[in-house]
Amino acid sequence: MSESTAARGPTAPPDKIEPVRLSDAPDEAGRYGVYGGAYVPETLAPALAQLREAYTAARADREFWDDLKSLLKTFVGRATPLYLAQRLTQHARGSGRAGKEATGASIWLKREDMAHTGAHKINNTLGQAMLAMRMGKKRVIAETGAGQHGVATATAAAHFGLACDVYMGAEDARRQRLNVARMRMLGARVIEVETGTRTLKDATNEAMRDWMGSADQTHYILGSVVGPHPFPMIVRDFQSIIGRETMAQSLRLMGRLPECIVACVGGGSNAAGIFFPFLENIKVQLVGVEAGGRGPAMGEHAASLTCGTPGILHGSMSYVLQDEHGQTAPAHSCSAGLDYPGVGPEHSNWKDSGRVRYTTRTDDEALDAFQLLCRTEGIIPALETSHAIAEGVQLASAMPAESNLVICLSGRGDKDVDEVVRLLSMNSTSGGTGIVMPRPTQ
Amino acid sequence: MPGRISTIFENARRENRRCLMPFICAGYPAQASLASIVKAVARGGASAVEIGFPYSDPVADGPVIASAMHDAIGRGVTPASVLEQVKAMRGDIEIGLIAMVSASILHPMGGLSNAPARLVEAGFDALIVPDIPLEESGPLLEGAARAGVEVCMLVGPATGRERATNIAKATTGFVYLLARAGVTGEQGRLDSVDLRVEQLKSVTQAPIAVGFGIATPEQVRQATAKADAAIVGSALVAHLSEAARRGEDVPVAAEALTRVLAGGLNHMGV
Repeated sequence: MSESTAARGPTAPPDKIEPVRLSDAPDEAGRYGVYGGAYVPETLAPALAQLREAYTAARADREFWDDLKSLLKTFVGRATPLYLAQRLTQHARGSGRAGKEATGASIWLKREDMAHTGAHKINNTLGQAMLAMRMGKKRVIAETGAGQHGVATATAAAHFGLACDVYMGAEDARRQRLNVARMRMLGARVIEVETGTRTLKDATNEAMRDWMGSADQTHYILGSVVGPHPFPMIVRDFQSIIGRETMAQSLRLMGRLPECIVACVGGGSNAAGIFFPFLENIKVQLVGVEAGGRGPAMGEHAASLTCGTPGILHGSMSYVLQDEHGQTAPAHSCSAGLDYPGVGPEHSNWKDSGRVRYTTRTDDEALDAFQLLCRTEGIIPALETSHAIAEGVQLASAMPAESNLVICLSGRGDKDVDEVVRLLSMNSTSGGTGIVMPRPTQ
Repeated sequence: MPGRISTIFENARRENRRCLMPFICAGYPAQASLASIVKAVARGGASAVEIGFPYSDPVADGPVIASAMHDAIGRGVTPASVLEQVKAMRGDIEIGLIAMVSASILHPMGGLSNAPARLVEAGFDALIVPDIPLEESGPLLEGAARAGVEVCMLVGPATGRERATNIAKATTGFVYLLARAGVTGEQGRLDSVDLRVEQLKSVTQAPIAVGFGIATPEQVRQATAKADAAIVGSALVAHLSEAARRGEDVPVAAEALTRVLAGGLNHMGV
């Protein structure tokens, strides 16, 4: 209820019922609509309470944010640029409907790949490492899929002198060898997880198990907007710098806000970060792109929002890929960072509200987009990000010429080069899947 | 009317006995039926048995129980099939039957407030939901009260005194006191829980059962020095797994180990 309504007393009928603003979530209990909450064993409840308390205090502490801001500037290299991708724009315009002159939005890339360590993940890990120290904890742990969050956690740990263990699925460690080496070089211990599907879900299970026995000395730096409250809120807040910068840069470079923002969604941290500041600007269309994998059959994709049902996984209620009994279903994506059967509870709420549209792009479409960006812009994107590029290019091609579309370029793709070479050679030996490298018209 | 679990503990307290509550994973091992194992632990001296519903991502469980659950799921064990088996055996079973089930599995059974009725219908006397802490317990407790099933809530080593009091108040069955932090499974040494049990007893009349890491008769003895019951999970699951691997009779192995562990209850003489 708004203050003005309350002030008129209980007898006066309200002029209109004020909807709960999406940006006011979560409530005290960590709810985003019906989603979220904290479904955790009692062993973790005191650690989460401590984290809530520490974050509430930090949130109100000017010095905390000043320290973080300074670190983001001098250590991470923020603000990251908002870059006008002219040749990608030209390509999208060329692939639009023939005969129509001057169709196609300008495509801008929010360059999170230029943040230190090569992805947006560092925005969160530095903030959480600072929280760890406020709580007097000397060790941090993390789960990682693509290895970007693991590298970012190892980096923050090295910067602050904290001990660091990273859990990583054995299958992901194979796919992302470079990042495993980087983490070790940064002084972290990488623990390969051999249970279950040997990917991000299982790495998360192991990290939570570690934390159940170590919470008194250890902070768990969760890498996405998933997990029990307050993690989804904390991670979103630390990642919202992406959206705040994008907003200021858009006003400066475009003279207004963009018509559309596109981001990939696994757990959903880069998307939450860039979307959140724009939630109340309802003219800005927000599009989240999930991993469509090899197709719509269960087990072939990682599209929790598009194909999943509400359930409980890793401590919160959200859309989950699961069978009718609540058993988590296997997920698949060519990108290890999206290969997760759950998604952040706030995205589930945004989906149900209709504020954000969620869609999917397949492995093959992501591979095409990966190559497209390499050759049109000289930027090697992460395979995760490539899903957003695939969607963004197609959306832009159908938009008016004077409009602007922003793609969150969440990470760089050096880590993916081996895997892309392997996938492309597989595709070519199996008769090809239509991986055609469209050369930009020039 | 007090539930079966409360009655079991009331009788035990009156007779100054302690109770043993083994945990078994439904559908594991494949070589024996759930009913045959439940009956075996009853013969071995169990007062109640916790039946674990296999879940794909049991984060509170260590490798022994997690891999038993994965094995059972892999062979097609579903929550519905567990409920059917319990329903079929209930008439032959005197001891308490407690469902140990994740919120993730309860949620698809019509939501957290409707799921307890499904468990009662099958014949369960109580339920433990290891991933529903006090803050999230509202719908579950409401549904359980409506269905007439007891809810046993957990108190951990880091749970503060005030919080533990609130948890004990919300509990309608026994309080499950975790002997240590971490996940289920044996860890050799068991630290004394006597002080924590006495603190709990000063704020609640509810029975107190101690679990996590109890594997030997001596540890059963130690855990029940002040508490009403000891819970043995991983040690029994591992024992049954080993028996099945050797081609031994699984219910016979279950009964034998239960009897050995129950030997640890006989320390009173007061």
